[in-house]
Amino acid sequence: MTAAKIENKSFFSRFVATAKSNPIVVLLVAVSFVVGFTVPNFFSWGNLGNLISNTAIRFLIALGVSGCLITKGTDLSAGRQVGLAACIAGVLIQRGDYTGRLFKGIPEMNMWVVFLIVLAVGALIGCINGLIISRLKVPPFITTLGTQTIVYGICLVFTDAQPIGGFQSVYTRLITGRIGSVSGFYLPYLLFVAVVFGLLFWFIYNKTCHGKYMYAIGGNEVAAEVSGVNTKNTLLRIYIIAGVMYAIAGYLLAAKSGGASASMGMGYELEAIAGCTIGGVSTTGGIGTVPGVLVGVLVFELLKIVLQFLGVNPYYNYVVQGLVIVVAVALDIRKYIAKK
Amino acid sequence: MSEYLLEMKNVSKAFPGVQALSNAQLQLKPGHVHALMGENGAGKSTLMKCMFGIYKMDKGQILIDGQPVTIKDPMEALSKGIAMVHQELQPIPARTIGENIFLGRYPMKKLLGFIPVVDHEKMYDDTAKLLKKVKLRFNPRQMEGTLSISQMQLVEIAKAVSANCRVLILDEPTSSLTQNEVESLFNIINDLKNEGVAIVYISHKMDEILRISDEVTIMRDGQYIGTWEAKDLTTTSIITKMVGRELKNLYPVRENVPGEVVFEVKDFTSINPKSFRHVSFNVRKGEILGIGGLVGAQRTELMEGLFGIRSHTKGKIFLHGKELKITRPKDAIDHGVAMLTESRRTSGIMGVLSVADNISISSLKKYLDYNISINSKKVENLVQENVKKMNIKTPSSKTAIQSLSGGNQQKVIIGRWLANDPEVLILDEPTRGIDVGAKYEIYCIIAELAKQGKSILMITSEMGELLGMSDRIMVMCDGKCTGIIDGKDATQEKVMALATQFD
Repeated sequence: MTAAKIENKSFFSRFVATAKSNPIVVLLVAVSFVVGFTVPNFFSWGNLGNLISNTAIRFLIALGVSGCLITKGTDLSAGRQVGLAACIAGVLIQRGDYTGRLFKGIPEMNMWVVFLIVLAVGALIGCINGLIISRLKVPPFITTLGTQTIVYGICLVFTDAQPIGGFQSVYTRLITGRIGSVSGFYLPYLLFVAVVFGLLFWFIYNKTCHGKYMYAIGGNEVAAEVSGVNTKNTLLRIYIIAGVMYAIAGYLLAAKSGGASASMGMGYELEAIAGCTIGGVSTTGGIGTVPGVLVGVLVFELLKIVLQFLGVNPYYNYVVQGLVIVVAVALDIRKYIAKK
Repeated sequence: MSEYLLEMKNVSKAFPGVQALSNAQLQLKPGHVHALMGENGAGKSTLMKCMFGIYKMDKGQILIDGQPVTIKDPMEALSKGIAMVHQELQPIPARTIGENIFLGRYPMKKLLGFIPVVDHEKMYDDTAKLLKKVKLRFNPRQMEGTLSISQMQLVEIAKAVSANCRVLILDEPTSSLTQNEVESLFNIINDLKNEGVAIVYISHKMDEILRISDEVTIMRDGQYIGTWEAKDLTTTSIITKMVGRELKNLYPVRENVPGEVVFEVKDFTSINPKSFRHVSFNVRKGEILGIGGLVGAQRTELMEGLFGIRSHTKGKIFLHGKELKITRPKDAIDHGVAMLTESRRTSGIMGVLSVADNISISSLKKYLDYNISINSKKVENLVQENVKKMNIKTPSSKTAIQSLSGGNQQKVIIGRWLANDPEVLILDEPTRGIDVGAKYEIYCIIAELAKQGKSILMITSEMGELLGMSDRIMVMCDGKCTGIIDGKDATQEKVMALATQFD
């Protein structure tokens, strides 16, 4: 009904309707404008580039998680999978002449070969999650809670909890590369990675059978099964795709940070879930869009930067971020309850 | 003092779109078994739920010992001595029998004189006494989940007895009991009778009614028909009183001509021994096969078995003489079988998704460009085609299906199945929860589909619909097919006789 109402109205009234249904987003954008005009250097190219880079990587993780959320699942192993991918990439991409090399026996590897290895590991973990959830019917929350811990353990074992550095410069330079001037306006390469995956996911979610099946499972799994949807394989694919996205994010994150460790990506799954939820992915399933996920992640990253510029004690960040998550979900559920 | 223990007078209750009860009444004498009878949807359960405080009456009065009372929830009903054993049991399988019986009214004791805790010893002692009273040999500490459905039913009756009730409502208590268990239930009922308890007994089984009850009240379409002494009634006279209504001309003229046999089922048997067994039938091209029976006759289970939602152990399905292997819905769909499920909400619509998404979900592969990308124009065409053909009222194809009326939702789901151009269409209660106008439209759609040569299997619990729409009628009772009759010769009495043919 809402969709129909909105369709026949002007751009302005549509804008108002959208704003009304996303109060958190409006509030945060307003706050950042206030901060921008009162705190110097907030509106700067450097800050913008920083925001884009941070958002790009979080966006990839959130895209991965979004499929799980839309099908009423979740993926708590996301952050640990990012950490594992970062560590595998880090170990294999260390320079041959680096003295702190973790595995001295293996030769220096090409960064693209490493990329493929990282992808394969991500797909494998996603596949394990997907098989447990779709075949053994273990609830996604529990399944991924388990794999989260397992992956972290594996990561600690093989890195021996040591930080990993000394990457091949070709790897860090490429991924942290940018278009534009050093001091003025620039666009990080990561932006283009995010755009490519954003478009790809938009296509998958809106134009392919897999996407439609995903929404159908979230809307009503029994009805989807009865309608001939292969729900098991669809869920399996969703978790594999998610694993691959975390792997890509981890690979990029290691380069961006110039180092990796087992604790890398800690808590990212919660940030990704929060971003999706703020962006309108419904916790009751069947609802969520790629632009929504982007907005949610962007707003969350914006919030972090705003707090940083306001000089808030970093420990308070957690308090504020937590509040935003709860309020956003409460508002989302209120919309749903109001319909009844 | 009134001669009646409990009286209900002029009870009316309406649900959106349907008058479930109008001026119904019931009079219960102490120490008597009062049978309440009527077709599916006659209002028996609704009346009992009004008495038990689950539903609020729109109009009417309840008198206990001649005094008017109000009962606003089940707790109050229990405190006034009314207990009910529901048709659909809701036990907690992972707790013990004792805890299930005393749920919500655990005996308490004070630990150290002031900390209130559950007195488990007393609870299990009381349970043991109760079980003995109803002649059940279980350990009170045994998990409820280890019992069979019929044993749980007996425990449920023990629970009702434990409330020291004066009125006991038994809603189809024997539907899952074996013959021996029915005997022990009757013994319990007789004991309670002797204690002066008034018992309301709802059942479709004529022989039980005639054996156990003292009076019989018959209802039809939410109205009170009458109360008779059980000894003055026979099976035939009860059936006549239950169905005795004129059929209005609510159905379209059908022009379909049944052809050769298309779909054939032989000796189909469920993995659940209580469910459908040894069912054989066939459906012709362009034929509507109505499937009648009482609630619990396993009609839905049978159809879901054929469609691969439920498993079967034995039996074969043939389409055009070729055997089909169906283990999941997708297999059935791939062979041109479609099924409109009974519950639109739980297994039909995907509420938050759009009309377009709902209508296209099972035929998506047809609208692909380059084998990967869904052409939204083709999907939109599908929606518009169906909107026009079936007169679906929706603001747009992007509207969430949950905001449409029940009738329009049903048309969308029918459209979903027709998009696959199935040969065999199973419709399970296609007009349930739909208002009268939309019902007629759905009948027209069904008639048109049959005319186009589709084979239709239609489960319906509405007698009028069954007689008005079917070329042939298969009647089921207790998981078995008790007869197949020609639509032209079918009468309500014949169908009811077959539907109550218990062993």
